Amino acid sequence: MSPEWQTVWLTLKLAGITTALLMVIGTPIAWWLARSSHWLRQPVAAIVALPLVLPPTVLGFYLLLLMGPEGVVGTLTDTLGLGTLPFTFAGLVVASVLYSLPFTVQPLQNVFSTINERMLEVAATLRASPLDRFFSVVVPLARPGFLTAAVLTFAHTLGEFGVVLMIGGNIPGETRVLSVAIYDHVETLQYGKAHLLAGGMLVFSFLVLLTLYLINGRLNNGNLRS
Amino acid sequence: MKEPGILARFATGFAGFRLDVDLELPGGGVTALFGHSGCGKTTLLRCIAGLQDCAGYLSVNGDVWQDDNARLPVHKRPLAYVFQETSLFPHLSVNGNLNFGYRRTPASERRIHPPQVIDWLGLSHLLVRRPDRLSGGERQRVAIARALLTSPRLLLMDEPLSALDQTSKRDILPYLETLRDSLDIPIVYVSHSAPEVARLADYIVMMDQGRVVTQGCLQETLARPDQPFALEKDAAVIVPAVIRERDPQWHLCRAEFEGGNLWLRDDRQPEPGSRVRLQILARDVSIALTANPDQSIQNLLPARVIDIAAEQRPGMTTVRLQAGRTSFLSRITSRSAHQLRLSPGMEVCLQIKSVAIVE
Repeated sequence: MSPEWQTVWLTLKLAGITTALLMVIGTPIAWWLARSSHWLRQPVAAIVALPLVLPPTVLGFYLLLLMGPEGVVGTLTDTLGLGTLPFTFAGLVVASVLYSLPFTVQPLQNVFSTINERMLEVAATLRASPLDRFFSVVVPLARPGFLTAAVLTFAHTLGEFGVVLMIGGNIPGETRVLSVAIYDHVETLQYGKAHLLAGGMLVFSFLVLLTLYLINGRLNNGNLRS
Repeated sequence: MKEPGILARFATGFAGFRLDVDLELPGGGVTALFGHSGCGKTTLLRCIAGLQDCAGYLSVNGDVWQDDNARLPVHKRPLAYVFQETSLFPHLSVNGNLNFGYRRTPASERRIHPPQVIDWLGLSHLLVRRPDRLSGGERQRVAIARALLTSPRLLLMDEPLSALDQTSKRDILPYLETLRDSLDIPIVYVSHSAPEVARLADYIVMMDQGRVVTQGCLQETLARPDQPFALEKDAAVIVPAVIRERDPQWHLCRAEFEGGNLWLRDDRQPEPGSRVRLQILARDVSIALTANPDQSIQNLLPARVIDIAAEQRPGMTTVRLQAGRTSFLSRITSRSAHQLRLSPGMEVCLQIKSVAIVE
């Protein structure tokens, strides 16, 4: 595989794994934020939103410290025989999950809060257990939110740069993702190669968003309104 | 040994409202929870369903659903609940909605099946439609059918007609009567509409401010002279009857009840043999000491005075009378009651000016 394709593949892999993990992690958080009236709700919402306002370098810096040999997480992973996470693909995944968390949680939280409590009560009187209610009522009604969350998370992870640089560096085949590669090409004045990757990413991102809006438009104009 | 009936004892309070009831309801037929809005009837229904968390005790025909130690979650209670407003799942077709509960009911517990319910509620032409393509009345019929397909042992209905217009109401009531007559499970029906209760209920529980004011079988409760919830002006009795003959010449029909016959206008043109509920307003019933046929009123019945109660409104008296085994109320002026020297046990003649079939 050429180094260019290796970079593209690594980037897609990182975005794909991050999105999949966040769908699993973000859904319960979003559900709790949308439904709970616990006093911790606002603090948790603020923490989830932090990556939106923090410079990626700040997040990357603290993750580097935490996951490094001297950090709490680093010591733990080291004793477990996993080594330390910085400058590995696994480290990138962890960082990406935290960095993209609000892009999963916020659209889901929004769509969850629009679901009428009555629908869940109806499902309960029709013998559906709590988990069954979630999958048979909430998920279908929240489909546009899930789609938005997945696409935004995926696209946002594709474009991350600061955090990757802080925590992953620039190791080909391990942590060298598209945005870093483009930066490299520009630094070394290889504008042709930079164009190829940058242009490709532009077109790809546009197509992803266009597809999202088309599908969401269709879902909203379809028969899903009550 | 199973104890039949529904035993419900709940005490709960929130936001300035207290519900405090201790009820023993019949294990079959339609029980109406009746009262003004805010009286706690919906809260009581939600407690029975388990949708609302409240301390208490509940058993349904011998099965304990809640006591001090345990409380069955909603989805484990074999009940069906019909909500006030549209509650169909918007992402499923009519058929998908109907099957939602049916699929989740163990096959061994299924006693009610789709073809039967689709027939009862007249849904066969709607199955592939989406909920937003249905009228209000159709949606509520689907919601009732969906609830029944869980083969419940208790059917709870929270003002199922209140969100509908008059036409839809008139259309759906006959379906509810079919259910009442076809199902062998108790139905608890919340309503603030006296005509609905008069038409459907067998047993009535009147509530006010979270408490039970009075309860009893519909006919007896409505025939109480001390009307407990200020019906006075509209006080009426409900008399079950069977149409026996129609007289086209005079545009009348004859209804037979336990204790005699009544003639009424043949406006509804009921089939001879059909069962109806007659409503007789207390203000349309007057009392004579002897039967006098030389007058315009056609319905004259021998009856006995049971009791006499002064109304809250000065100058008016309500008299309860019995003809055969049926109770009637008569609303007369206190002066008439005094001049006729009415007293319990007295034999008199009832003059009934107007009889209507409840619709």
